[in-house]
Amino acid sequence: MPDRPLPAPTPTSQPFWDGLRRRQLLLQYSPSTRRWVYYPRGLAPGTLADDLEWREAAGTGTVYTFTVARRPTAPAWEGASPQLIAVVELDEGPKVTTELVDIDPDAIRIGLRVQAVFEDVPGRDVTLLKFAPLR
Amino acid sequence: MGLRGAAAIVGMAEWRPERRPPGHRGTTLEQWASLARAALADAGIDPRQVNGICTGGIRESASFVPSTVAEYLGMPVNFAEFVDLGGATAAGMVWRAAAAVELGIADVVLCVVPASPAPVPSDAPAVPAGYGASSDRFGSPQAEFDIPYGNVAQNCGYALIAQRYGHTYGYDPLALAKIAVDQRTNACANPDAIFYGQPITAEDVLNSPMIADPIHMLEIVMPVSGGAAVVVAGAEAARRARHRPVWISGFGEHVAFKTPTYADDLMQTPIGPASDQAFAMAGMARREVDMVSIYDCYTITVLMTLEDAGFCPKGEGARFIRSHDLTYRGDFPCNTHGGQLSFGQAGLAGGMSHVLDGARQIMGRAGAGQVPGCRTAFVSGNGGIMSEQVALILQGD
Repeated sequence: MPDRPLPAPTPTSQPFWDGLRRRQLLLQYSPSTRRWVYYPRGLAPGTLADDLEWREAAGTGTVYTFTVARRPTAPAWEGASPQLIAVVELDEGPKVTTELVDIDPDAIRIGLRVQAVFEDVPGRDVTLLKFAPLR
Repeated sequence: MGLRGAAAIVGMAEWRPERRPPGHRGTTLEQWASLARAALADAGIDPRQVNGICTGGIRESASFVPSTVAEYLGMPVNFAEFVDLGGATAAGMVWRAAAAVELGIADVVLCVVPASPAPVPSDAPAVPAGYGASSDRFGSPQAEFDIPYGNVAQNCGYALIAQRYGHTYGYDPLALAKIAVDQRTNACANPDAIFYGQPITAEDVLNSPMIADPIHMLEIVMPVSGGAAVVVAGAEAARRARHRPVWISGFGEHVAFKTPTYADDLMQTPIGPASDQAFAMAGMARREVDMVSIYDCYTITVLMTLEDAGFCPKGEGARFIRSHDLTYRGDFPCNTHGGQLSFGQAGLAGGMSHVLDGARQIMGRAGAGQVPGCRTAFVSGNGGIMSEQVALILQGD
Protein backbone atom coordinates (compact mmCIF):
# COMPACT_ATOMS: atom_id res chain seq x y z
CA MET A 1 0.00 0.00 0.00
CA PRO A 2 1.47 3.38 -0.96
CA ASP A 3 1.94 5.92 1.80
CA ARG A 4 -1.24 7.86 2.42
CA PRO A 5 -0.98 11.61 2.91
CA LEU A 6 -1.39 12.43 6.60
CA PRO A 7 -2.30 15.67 8.35
CA ALA A 8 0.55 17.92 9.48
CA PRO A 9 -0.76 19.93 12.45
CA THR A 10 -0.05 23.65 12.70
CA PRO A 11 0.35 25.45 16.04
CA THR A 12 -3.30 26.55 15.75
CA SER A 13 -4.73 23.12 14.96
CA GLN A 14 -2.53 21.09 17.34
CA PRO A 15 -5.18 20.91 20.13
CA PHE A 16 -7.65 19.32 17.68
CA TRP A 17 -5.22 16.54 16.74
CA ASP A 18 -4.10 16.08 20.34
CA GLY A 19 -7.78 15.68 21.24
CA LEU A 20 -8.34 12.93 18.69
CA ARG A 21 -5.30 11.13 20.10
CA ARG A 22 -7.08 11.13 23.51
CA ARG A 23 -10.45 10.07 21.96
CA GLN A 24 -11.88 13.54 22.37
CA LEU A 25 -13.46 15.63 19.61
CA LEU A 26 -12.40 19.21 20.37
CA LEU A 27 -13.87 22.01 18.30
CA GLN A 28 -13.47 25.74 18.42
CA TYR A 29 -16.39 27.88 19.58
CA SER A 30 -16.88 31.61 19.09
CA PRO A 31 -18.96 33.12 21.92
CA SER A 32 -19.59 36.37 20.02
CA THR A 33 -21.09 34.61 17.01
CA ARG A 34 -22.42 31.68 19.05
CA ARG A 35 -21.10 29.34 16.38
CA TRP A 36 -18.91 26.26 16.47
CA VAL A 37 -16.06 26.35 13.99
CA TYR A 38 -14.46 23.65 11.88
CA TYR A 39 -11.69 23.43 10.67
CA PRO A 40 -9.57 25.20 13.30
CA ARG A 41 -8.70 28.80 12.59
CA GLY A 42 -6.87 31.72 14.14
CA LEU A 43 -9.93 34.00 14.09
CA ALA A 44 -13.67 33.34 13.76
CA PRO A 45 -14.77 32.98 10.12
CA GLY A 46 -17.13 35.71 8.94
CA THR A 47 -16.52 38.25 11.69
CA LEU A 48 -12.80 37.65 12.33
CA ALA A 49 -13.60 37.84 16.05
CA ASP A 50 -10.61 37.00 18.24
CA ASP A 51 -12.55 34.85 20.68
CA LEU A 52 -12.19 31.23 19.59
CA GLU A 53 -12.03 28.77 22.47
CA TRP A 54 -11.74 24.99 22.52
CA ARG A 55 -14.71 22.96 23.70
CA GLU A 56 -15.50 19.28 23.57
CA ALA A 57 -18.14 18.25 21.05
CA ALA A 58 -20.55 15.33 21.43
CA GLY A 59 -18.96 13.32 18.60
CA THR A 60 -22.32 12.58 17.01
CA GLY A 61 -23.75 13.77 13.73
CA THR A 62 -25.65 13.02 10.55
CA VAL A 63 -24.50 12.01 7.08
CA TYR A 64 -24.99 15.20 5.01
CA THR A 65 -23.78 13.63 1.76
CA PHE A 66 -21.50 10.82 0.64
CA THR A 67 -20.13 8.97 -2.35
CA VAL A 68 -18.94 5.45 -2.92
CA ALA A 69 -15.78 6.03 -4.95
CA ARG A 70 -15.41 2.91 -7.09
CA ARG A 71 -11.97 3.95 -8.38
CA PRO A 72 -9.09 5.29 -6.30
CA THR A 73 -9.38 9.05 -5.88
CA ALA A 74 -5.57 9.24 -5.99
CA PRO A 75 -2.76 6.67 -6.39
CA ALA A 76 -2.30 6.52 -2.60
CA TRP A 77 -5.67 4.76 -2.37
CA GLU A 78 -4.87 2.00 -4.88
CA GLY A 79 -6.32 -1.23 -3.52
CA ALA A 80 -8.60 0.60 -1.06
CA SER A 81 -11.72 0.72 -3.26
CA PRO A 82 -14.44 1.43 -2.60
CA GLN A 83 -13.71 4.54 -0.57
CA LEU A 84 -16.70 5.64 1.51
CA ILE A 85 -16.14 9.38 1.45
CA ALA A 86 -18.66 11.46 3.34
CA VAL A 87 -19.52 14.86 4.71
CA VAL A 88 -20.91 14.59 8.24
CA GLU A 89 -22.86 17.43 9.82
CA LEU A 90 -21.95 17.44 13.48
CA ASP A 91 -24.73 18.02 16.00
CA GLU A 92 -22.99 21.27 16.92
CA GLY A 93 -23.41 22.52 13.32
CA PRO A 94 -20.09 22.33 11.45
CA LYS A 95 -19.58 19.90 8.59
CA VAL A 96 -16.50 17.72 8.34
CA THR A 97 -14.90 15.68 5.57
CA THR A 98 -14.50 12.08 6.65
CA GLU A 99 -14.67 8.41 5.72
CA LEU A 100 -17.38 6.07 6.95
CA VAL A 101 -16.29 2.79 8.56
CA ASP A 102 -18.05 -0.35 9.83
CA ILE A 103 -20.86 -0.01 7.29
CA ASP A 104 -21.97 -1.76 4.09
CA PRO A 105 -21.73 0.72 1.18
CA ASP A 106 -25.30 -0.10 0.17
CA ALA A 107 -26.55 0.81 3.65
CA ILE A 108 -25.26 4.40 3.55
CA ARG A 109 -28.01 7.00 3.41
CA ILE A 110 -28.08 10.74 3.75
CA GLY A 111 -29.55 11.43 7.18
CA LEU A 112 -27.95 8.38 8.78
CA ARG A 113 -26.98 9.02 12.40
CA VAL A 114 -23.27 8.46 13.02
CA GLN A 115 -20.70 8.71 15.81
CA ALA A 116 -17.02 9.56 15.82
CA VAL A 117 -14.47 6.77 15.49
CA PHE A 118 -10.91 7.63 16.48
CA GLU A 119 -8.69 5.75 14.06
CA ASP A 120 -5.01 5.58 14.98
CA VAL A 121 -2.72 5.45 11.95
CA PRO A 122 -0.44 2.41 12.46
CA GLY A 123 3.12 3.37 13.24
CA ARG A 124 2.39 7.09 13.19
CA ASP A 125 1.60 9.54 15.96
CA VAL A 126 -1.67 10.63 14.40
CA THR A 127 -5.36 9.77 14.80
CA LEU A 128 -7.94 10.38 12.08
CA LEU A 129 -11.59 11.33 12.64
CA LYS A 130 -13.85 8.79 10.97
CA PHE A 131 -17.50 7.95 11.56
CA ALA A 132 -19.55 4.78 12.00
CA PRO A 133 -23.30 4.19 12.42
CA LEU A 134 -24.51 5.32 15.86
CA ARG A 135 -24.93 2.36 18.14
CA MET B 1 -23.62 49.48 -12.35
CA GLY B 2 -21.18 47.61 -14.49
CA LEU B 3 -20.33 47.35 -18.16
CA ARG B 4 -21.96 49.44 -20.88
CA GLY B 5 -21.36 46.75 -23.49
CA ALA B 6 -18.69 48.84 -25.20
CA ALA B 7 -16.02 46.11 -25.36
CA ALA B 8 -16.21 43.11 -27.63
CA ILE B 9 -14.62 39.81 -28.49
CA VAL B 10 -13.26 40.49 -31.95
CA GLY B 11 -11.06 37.50 -32.67
CA MET B 12 -10.39 34.00 -31.45
CA ALA B 13 -8.13 31.02 -31.83
CA GLU B 14 -8.52 27.44 -30.70
CA TRP B 15 -6.34 24.40 -31.19
CA ARG B 16 -8.29 21.32 -32.07
CA PRO B 17 -8.52 19.05 -29.03
CA GLU B 18 -6.20 16.07 -29.26
CA ARG B 19 -6.07 12.97 -27.14
CA ARG B 20 -2.37 12.42 -27.73
CA PRO B 21 -0.14 15.38 -27.03
CA PRO B 22 1.07 16.78 -30.36
CA GLY B 23 4.48 17.45 -28.83
CA HIS B 24 5.45 20.30 -31.09
CA ARG B 25 3.89 23.36 -29.54
CA GLY B 26 6.76 24.30 -27.27
CA THR B 27 6.82 25.80 -23.80
CA THR B 28 3.70 27.34 -22.32
CA LEU B 29 5.13 30.77 -23.19
CA GLU B 30 5.65 29.71 -26.80
CA GLN B 31 2.10 28.38 -26.90
CA TRP B 32 0.86 31.67 -25.43
CA ALA B 33 2.54 33.60 -28.24
CA SER B 34 1.28 31.24 -30.97
CA LEU B 35 -2.31 31.44 -29.76
CA ALA B 36 -2.07 35.23 -29.40
CA ARG B 37 -0.75 35.57 -32.94
CA ALA B 38 -3.55 33.39 -34.31
CA ALA B 39 -6.30 35.24 -32.43
CA LEU B 40 -4.97 38.65 -33.53
CA ALA B 41 -4.76 37.44 -37.13
CA ASP B 42 -8.35 36.23 -36.85
CA ALA B 43 -9.39 39.68 -35.63
CA GLY B 44 -7.29 41.47 -38.23
CA ILE B 45 -5.59 43.52 -35.50
CA ASP B 46 -1.90 44.47 -35.62
CA PRO B 47 -0.09 42.90 -32.63
CA ARG B 48 1.53 46.27 -31.96
CA GLN B 49 -1.87 47.56 -30.80
CA VAL B 50 -2.02 45.16 -27.86
CA ASN B 51 -1.76 46.92 -24.51
CA GLY B 52 -3.39 44.47 -22.14
CA ILE B 53 -3.07 40.80 -21.23
CA CYS B 54 -4.93 38.30 -19.07
CA THR B 55 -3.08 35.12 -18.23
CA GLY B 56 -3.48 32.09 -16.03
CA GLY B 57 -0.64 30.00 -14.70
CA ILE B 58 2.25 29.04 -16.96
CA ARG B 59 4.54 26.07 -16.58
CA GLU B 60 7.70 28.16 -16.70
CA SER B 61 7.08 30.50 -13.77
CA ALA B 62 5.24 30.11 -10.47
CA SER B 63 5.04 33.86 -9.87
CA PHE B 64 5.46 37.14 -11.75
CA VAL B 65 3.51 35.52 -14.57
CA PRO B 66 2.06 38.63 -16.27
CA SER B 67 5.42 40.38 -16.54
CA THR B 68 7.04 37.16 -17.76
CA VAL B 69 4.40 36.89 -20.50
CA ALA B 70 4.58 40.59 -21.44
CA GLU B 71 8.36 40.45 -21.71
CA TYR B 72 8.25 37.26 -23.76
CA LEU B 73 5.71 38.76 -26.16
CA GLY B 74 7.73 41.97 -26.36
CA MET B 75 4.59 43.87 -25.46
CA PRO B 76 4.71 46.42 -22.64
CA VAL B 77 1.13 46.65 -21.36
CA ASN B 78 -1.03 48.94 -19.22
CA PHE B 79 -3.13 46.08 -17.93
CA ALA B 80 -1.65 42.74 -16.87
CA GLU B 81 -3.95 40.43 -15.00
CA PHE B 82 -3.28 37.02 -13.46
CA VAL B 83 -6.52 35.06 -13.19
CA ASP B 84 -6.67 32.00 -10.94
CA LEU B 85 -10.23 30.68 -11.03
CA GLY B 86 -9.75 27.13 -12.29
CA GLY B 87 -12.33 26.37 -14.95
CA ALA B 88 -13.81 29.86 -14.50
CA THR B 89 -10.48 31.46 -15.42
CA ALA B 90 -11.35 32.04 -19.09
CA ALA B 91 -14.73 33.66 -18.41
CA GLY B 92 -13.09 35.64 -15.61
CA MET B 93 -10.48 36.93 -18.07
CA VAL B 94 -13.12 38.10 -20.53
CA TRP B 95 -14.96 40.40 -18.12
CA ARG B 96 -11.71 41.74 -16.68
CA ALA B 97 -10.54 42.55 -20.21
CA ALA B 98 -13.87 44.24 -20.99
CA ALA B 99 -13.66 46.25 -17.78
CA ALA B 100 -10.13 47.39 -18.61
CA VAL B 101 -11.26 48.48 -22.07
CA GLU B 102 -14.28 50.36 -20.72
CA LEU B 103 -12.13 52.06 -18.08
CA GLY B 104 -9.96 53.30 -20.92
CA ILE B 105 -6.77 51.69 -19.63
CA ALA B 106 -6.40 49.27 -22.55
CA ASP B 107 -7.58 49.15 -26.16
CA VAL B 108 -6.73 45.59 -27.15
CA VAL B 109 -6.49 42.84 -24.54
CA LEU B 110 -5.26 39.29 -25.14
CA CYS B 111 -6.90 36.51 -23.09
CA VAL B 112 -4.89 33.37 -23.74
CA VAL B 113 -5.04 29.87 -22.26
CA PRO B 114 -2.36 27.46 -23.53
CA ALA B 115 -3.13 23.85 -22.63
CA SER B 116 -0.78 21.55 -24.48
CA PRO B 117 2.05 19.65 -22.81
CA ALA B 118 5.24 21.66 -22.49
CA PRO B 119 8.56 19.93 -23.12
CA VAL B 120 10.56 18.72 -20.11
CA PRO B 121 14.29 17.98 -20.14
CA SER B 122 15.03 14.30 -20.59
CA ASP B 123 16.85 14.14 -17.23
CA ALA B 124 14.04 15.82 -15.27
CA PRO B 125 12.98 13.93 -12.14
CA ALA B 126 9.57 12.27 -12.33
CA VAL B 127 6.85 14.53 -10.97
CA PRO B 128 5.05 12.85 -8.05
CA ALA B 129 1.32 12.38 -8.56
CA GLY B 130 -0.49 15.43 -7.22
CA TYR B 131 -3.90 15.82 -5.65
CA GLY B 132 -5.84 17.37 -8.48
CA ALA B 133 -7.01 20.84 -7.60
CA SER B 134 -6.27 20.21 -3.92
CA SER B 135 -3.30 21.85 -2.24
CA ASP B 136 -1.09 19.47 -0.29
CA ARG B 137 1.18 22.20 1.07
CA PHE B 138 1.76 22.60 4.80
CA GLY B 139 -0.92 24.69 6.47
CA SER B 140 -3.43 24.24 3.63
CA PRO B 141 -6.81 23.29 5.12
CA GLN B 142 -7.22 20.71 2.38
CA ALA B 143 -3.90 19.09 3.19
CA GLU B 144 -4.85 18.83 6.84
CA PHE B 145 -8.59 18.13 6.86
CA ASP B 146 -9.66 16.78 3.45
CA ILE B 147 -6.89 14.97 1.60
CA PRO B 148 -6.18 12.49 4.46
CA TYR B 149 -9.72 11.15 4.03
CA GLY B 150 -9.32 10.62 0.28
CA ASN B 151 -11.44 13.65 -0.68
CA VAL B 152 -9.09 14.42 -3.53
CA ALA B 153 -9.47 15.75 -7.08
CA GLN B 154 -12.82 16.36 -8.76
CA ASN B 155 -14.83 13.16 -9.17
CA CYS B 156 -15.70 12.59 -5.54
CA GLY B 157 -16.42 16.27 -4.91
CA TYR B 158 -18.97 16.46 -7.71
CA ALA B 159 -20.40 13.11 -6.62
CA LEU B 160 -20.92 14.52 -3.10
CA ILE B 161 -22.88 17.41 -4.61
CA ALA B 162 -24.90 15.18 -6.96
CA GLN B 163 -25.82 12.82 -4.13
CA ARG B 164 -27.05 15.69 -1.95
CA TYR B 165 -28.98 17.10 -4.92
CA GLY B 166 -30.72 13.76 -5.39
CA HIS B 167 -31.61 13.61 -1.70
CA THR B 168 -33.04 17.13 -1.75
CA TYR B 169 -34.80 17.33 -5.12
CA GLY B 170 -34.84 13.79 -6.48
CA TYR B 171 -32.37 12.25 -8.91
CA ASP B 172 -33.32 11.53 -12.50
CA PRO B 173 -30.43 9.61 -14.08
CA LEU B 174 -32.09 9.64 -17.52
CA ALA B 175 -32.35 13.42 -17.56
CA LEU B 176 -28.69 13.75 -16.62
CA ALA B 177 -27.77 11.21 -19.31
CA LYS B 178 -29.75 13.27 -21.85
CA ILE B 179 -27.40 16.19 -21.26
CA ALA B 180 -24.48 14.03 -22.40
CA VAL B 181 -26.49 12.60 -25.32
CA ASP B 182 -27.65 15.98 -26.66
CA GLN B 183 -24.16 17.40 -26.39
CA ARG B 184 -22.80 14.40 -28.28
CA THR B 185 -25.29 15.22 -31.03
CA ASN B 186 -23.79 18.71 -31.10
CA ALA B 187 -20.28 17.26 -31.24
CA CYS B 188 -21.33 15.24 -34.27
CA ALA B 189 -21.91 18.56 -36.07
CA ASN B 190 -18.47 19.86 -35.06
CA PRO B 191 -15.53 18.22 -36.89
CA ASP B 192 -13.13 19.63 -34.25
CA ALA B 193 -14.82 17.78 -31.39
CA ILE B 194 -12.93 14.83 -29.92
CA PHE B 195 -16.05 12.64 -30.21
CA TYR B 196 -17.07 13.83 -33.70
CA GLY B 197 -18.82 11.02 -35.55
CA GLN B 198 -19.55 8.99 -32.40
CA PRO B 199 -23.19 9.42 -31.33
CA ILE B 200 -24.29 7.89 -28.01
CA THR B 201 -27.58 6.94 -26.36
CA ALA B 202 -28.83 7.39 -22.82
CA GLU B 203 -28.33 3.64 -22.34
CA ASP B 204 -24.66 4.05 -23.27
CA VAL B 205 -24.30 6.71 -20.56
CA LEU B 206 -26.11 4.73 -17.88
CA ASN B 207 -24.26 1.53 -18.77
CA SER B 208 -20.85 3.17 -18.61
CA PRO B 209 -18.89 2.35 -15.43
CA MET B 210 -19.94 4.01 -12.17
CA ILE B 211 -16.94 6.08 -11.08
CA ALA B 212 -18.23 7.70 -7.89
CA ASP B 213 -21.92 7.22 -7.12
CA PRO B 214 -24.03 8.59 -8.82
CA ILE B 215 -21.65 9.71 -11.60
CA HIS B 216 -20.99 7.48 -14.62
CA MET B 217 -17.89 7.65 -16.80
CA LEU B 218 -19.74 9.21 -19.76
CA GLU B 219 -20.90 12.05 -17.49
CA ILE B 220 -17.30 13.15 -16.93
CA VAL B 221 -15.16 15.29 -19.26
CA MET B 222 -12.57 13.81 -21.55
CA PRO B 223 -9.14 15.37 -20.85
CA VAL B 224 -7.35 16.43 -24.02
CA SER B 225 -4.59 18.81 -25.01
CA GLY B 226 -5.26 22.06 -26.83
CA GLY B 227 -5.38 25.78 -26.15
CA ALA B 228 -7.60 28.77 -26.84
CA ALA B 229 -7.52 32.56 -26.96
CA VAL B 230 -9.71 35.58 -27.56
CA VAL B 231 -8.99 39.20 -28.33
CA VAL B 232 -11.12 41.78 -26.48
CA ALA B 233 -11.14 45.30 -27.88
CA GLY B 234 -13.01 48.60 -27.70
CA ALA B 235 -15.59 49.89 -30.14
CA GLU B 236 -13.14 51.53 -32.52
CA ALA B 237 -11.05 48.39 -33.03
CA ALA B 238 -14.20 46.26 -33.08
CA ARG B 239 -15.61 48.24 -35.99
CA ARG B 240 -12.43 47.65 -37.98
CA ALA B 241 -12.18 43.95 -37.10
CA ARG B 242 -12.98 41.23 -39.60
CA HIS B 243 -15.89 39.66 -37.75
CA ARG B 244 -19.18 40.72 -36.22
CA PRO B 245 -18.23 42.05 -32.77
CA VAL B 246 -19.42 40.04 -29.78
CA TRP B 247 -20.20 42.66 -27.14
CA ILE B 248 -19.70 41.76 -23.51
CA SER B 249 -22.81 43.30 -21.99
CA GLY B 250 -23.03 41.67 -18.59
CA PHE B 251 -21.03 39.61 -16.14
CA GLY B 252 -21.07 38.29 -12.63
CA GLU B 253 -18.54 36.42 -10.53
CA HIS B 254 -19.01 34.72 -7.20
CA VAL B 255 -16.38 32.86 -5.19
CA ALA B 256 -17.93 30.93 -2.31
CA PHE B 257 -15.59 28.28 -0.92
CA LYS B 258 -12.84 25.84 -1.92
CA THR B 259 -14.08 22.45 -0.69
CA PRO B 260 -17.82 21.62 -0.83
CA THR B 261 -17.76 20.38 2.77
CA TYR B 262 -17.52 23.99 3.91
CA ALA B 263 -20.23 25.49 1.67
CA ASP B 264 -22.92 27.35 3.60
CA ASP B 265 -25.55 25.78 1.33
CA LEU B 266 -24.23 23.24 -1.14
CA MET B 267 -27.45 23.38 -3.16
CA GLN B 268 -27.13 27.10 -3.99
CA THR B 269 -24.25 27.30 -6.43
CA PRO B 270 -22.28 30.52 -6.97
CA ILE B 271 -23.61 30.89 -10.52
CA GLY B 272 -26.88 32.11 -8.91
CA PRO B 273 -25.69 35.51 -7.71
CA ALA B 274 -23.26 35.72 -10.65
CA SER B 275 -26.08 35.25 -13.18
CA ASP B 276 -28.44 37.65 -11.43
CA GLN B 277 -25.76 40.33 -11.65
CA ALA B 278 -24.96 39.52 -15.28
CA PHE B 279 -28.57 39.68 -16.47
CA ALA B 280 -29.28 42.85 -14.47
CA MET B 281 -26.18 44.49 -15.91
CA ALA B 282 -27.17 43.57 -19.47
CA GLY B 283 -30.77 44.61 -18.81
CA MET B 284 -31.95 41.29 -20.18
CA ALA B 285 -34.38 38.52 -19.31
CA ARG B 286 -33.47 34.83 -19.39
CA ARG B 287 -35.93 34.16 -22.21
CA GLU B 288 -34.09 36.60 -24.47
CA VAL B 289 -31.07 34.28 -24.64
CA ASP B 290 -30.66 32.45 -27.97
CA MET B 291 -28.12 29.87 -26.78
CA VAL B 292 -26.27 28.93 -23.62
CA SER B 293 -22.80 27.51 -23.22
CA ILE B 294 -22.66 26.06 -19.74
CA TYR B 295 -19.50 24.74 -18.15
CA ASP B 296 -19.96 20.99 -18.17
CA CYS B 297 -17.19 19.20 -16.36
CA TYR B 298 -19.97 16.83 -15.22
CA THR B 299 -23.62 16.53 -16.20
CA ILE B 300 -24.70 17.60 -12.68
CA THR B 301 -22.94 20.94 -13.23
CA VAL B 302 -25.16 21.65 -16.25
CA LEU B 303 -28.36 20.71 -14.42
CA MET B 304 -27.61 22.83 -11.36
CA THR B 305 -26.43 25.76 -13.50
CA LEU B 306 -29.67 25.72 -15.50
CA GLU B 307 -31.55 26.03 -12.21
CA ASP B 308 -29.35 28.46 -10.32
CA ALA B 309 -28.77 30.71 -13.34
CA GLY B 310 -32.55 31.05 -13.50
CA PHE B 311 -33.47 29.20 -16.70
CA CYS B 312 -35.87 27.01 -14.69
CA PRO B 313 -37.03 26.88 -11.07
CA LYS B 314 -34.92 25.15 -8.41
CA GLY B 315 -35.52 21.42 -8.43
CA GLU B 316 -37.04 21.52 -11.94
CA GLY B 317 -33.80 20.97 -13.86
CA ALA B 318 -34.51 17.36 -14.81
CA ARG B 319 -37.98 18.20 -16.07
CA PHE B 320 -36.56 21.16 -18.03
CA ILE B 321 -33.95 18.94 -19.66
CA ARG B 322 -36.51 16.28 -20.54
CA SER B 323 -38.87 18.84 -22.06
CA HIS B 324 -36.30 20.69 -24.17
CA ASP B 325 -34.06 19.74 -27.07
CA LEU B 326 -30.61 20.95 -26.01
CA THR B 327 -29.03 20.43 -29.44
CA TYR B 328 -28.05 23.19 -31.88
CA ARG B 329 -31.27 22.54 -33.80
CA GLY B 330 -33.41 22.42 -30.65
CA ASP B 331 -35.53 24.88 -28.71
CA PHE B 332 -32.83 25.47 -26.06
CA PRO B 333 -29.40 25.17 -27.70
CA CYS B 334 -26.80 24.32 -25.06
CA ASN B 335 -23.08 23.70 -25.58
CA THR B 336 -23.34 23.66 -29.35
CA HIS B 337 -19.64 22.83 -29.75
CA GLY B 338 -20.32 19.55 -27.97
CA GLY B 339 -19.54 20.81 -24.49
CA GLN B 340 -16.39 19.73 -22.78
CA LEU B 341 -18.06 16.34 -22.33
CA SER B 342 -17.88 15.70 -26.08
CA PHE B 343 -15.61 18.45 -27.45
CA GLY B 344 -12.92 17.61 -24.89
CA GLN B 345 -11.45 19.49 -21.93
CA ALA B 346 -8.07 20.96 -22.68
CA GLY B 347 -7.17 22.01 -19.14
CA LEU B 348 -8.21 25.58 -18.40
CA ALA B 349 -8.79 26.12 -22.12
CA GLY B 350 -11.90 23.98 -21.61
CA GLY B 351 -13.46 27.00 -19.95
CA MET B 352 -12.47 29.14 -22.92
CA SER B 353 -14.18 26.66 -25.26
CA HIS B 354 -17.53 27.88 -23.84
CA VAL B 355 -16.61 31.52 -24.48
CA LEU B 356 -15.69 30.58 -28.04
CA ASP B 357 -18.89 28.55 -28.41
CA GLY B 358 -20.99 31.61 -27.61
CA ALA B 359 -18.83 33.99 -29.64
CA ARG B 360 -18.81 31.70 -32.68
CA GLN B 361 -22.59 31.48 -32.66
CA ILE B 362 -22.97 35.26 -32.50
CA MET B 363 -20.36 35.77 -35.23
CA GLY B 364 -22.20 33.20 -37.36
CA ARG B 365 -19.15 30.93 -37.59
CA ALA B 366 -20.52 27.73 -36.02
CA GLY B 367 -20.77 25.83 -39.31
CA ALA B 368 -23.16 22.89 -39.32
CA GLY B 369 -23.97 23.59 -35.66
CA GLN B 370 -25.02 27.19 -36.28
CA VAL B 371 -28.12 28.35 -34.38
CA PRO B 372 -30.04 30.46 -36.93
CA GLY B 373 -30.15 34.16 -36.06
CA CYS B 374 -28.22 33.74 -32.82
CA ARG B 375 -27.80 37.17 -31.28
CA THR B 376 -27.41 36.56 -27.55
CA ALA B 377 -25.47 33.97 -25.57
CA PHE B 378 -25.15 33.12 -21.89
CA VAL B 379 -21.76 31.63 -20.98
CA SER B 380 -20.78 30.14 -17.63
CA GLY B 381 -17.40 29.35 -16.13
CA ASN B 382 -16.94 27.03 -13.21
CA GLY B 383 -13.87 26.45 -11.09
CA GLY B 384 -13.01 24.01 -8.35
CA ILE B 385 -16.00 21.99 -7.15
CA MET B 386 -18.72 24.46 -8.17
CA SER B 387 -16.98 26.78 -5.76
CA GLU B 388 -16.10 29.76 -7.99
CA GLN B 389 -18.28 30.64 -10.96
CA VAL B 390 -18.57 33.34 -13.61
CA ALA B 391 -21.50 34.33 -15.84
CA LEU B 392 -21.15 36.28 -19.09
CA ILE B 393 -23.77 37.78 -21.38
CA LEU B 394 -22.56 38.12 -24.97
CA GLN B 395 -24.49 40.01 -27.64
CA GLY B 396 -24.26 40.76 -31.33
CA ASP B 397 -25.21 44.09 -32.89
